[in-house]
Amino acid sequence: MTVKELASLKEFKSVVLPEPKREICGVYIGDLLSWVMGRASSNDAWITIMSNVNVLAVASLADTSCIILAEGVTLENDIIETAEQKGINIISSDLSAYNIAVTIGKML
Amino acid sequence: MSDILNFHFLVDGEDFTSAGQASVQVKKNLRQLGLPPEIIRRVSIAMYEGEINMVIHAGGGEADVNVTEDYVEIILRDNGPGIKNIEQAMQEGYSTATDNIRSLGFGAGMGLPNMKRYSDHMHIDSVVGQGTNITMRVNIQ
Repeated sequence: MTVKELASLKEFKSVVLPEPKREICGVYIGDLLSWVMGRASSNDAWITIMSNVNVLAVASLADTSCIILAEGVTLENDIIETAEQKGINIISSDLSAYNIAVTIGKML
Repeated sequence: MSDILNFHFLVDGEDFTSAGQASVQVKKNLRQLGLPPEIIRRVSIAMYEGEINMVIHAGGGEADVNVTEDYVEIILRDNGPGIKNIEQAMQEGYSTATDNIRSLGFGAGMGLPNMKRYSDHMHIDSVVGQGTNITMRVNIQ
């Protein structure tokens, strides 16, 4: 499943998708950035409620396919602009991290 | 590629929001050199953890990345407070970060353990009150 396909589902919203064709191969849930960076796999969809600018560096370095902001968390506009420049996909959802993971899990 | 390629970075200790820029740049440079993706991932994660540590604990520092035919070497130098007990600092979950740092998602006590996990060799020289030098190597072959 690509990030664009995920963002098109009714429970999800595209925040910024500079690389819409990236494949989602797994899911990682976490908010402690070093933990996420140490454990998330390349091409995972990373579900978090963390919304500061450092999530962009972690997503970039861990090479996750997208960041998914759970529970309706939003980002400031300058972070979204930076994500676009750096080629980092961001999707948001009002669902909980658990329900986002279940939804993706059914589609993998 | 018999020569050593060097990338040098100054890590700004004041600007927490831009922390990680050197690591992201290294990732780009290594990608341009055509290194395998898993090697790039390991180098950039190990370096990011070191970079964040320098920002959180040491007020910034300097980083050098040397690329040879056989390995990528990351050298981090700071003039921060030093590490009192390296063995303790290497334990997963041990952190001296403040609540403010933790609220940003750092301070999980995974920095040094991740650096060790993602490098093939790591050496720490630290003197309390003077600073810390860390050398990491990731083997290419």
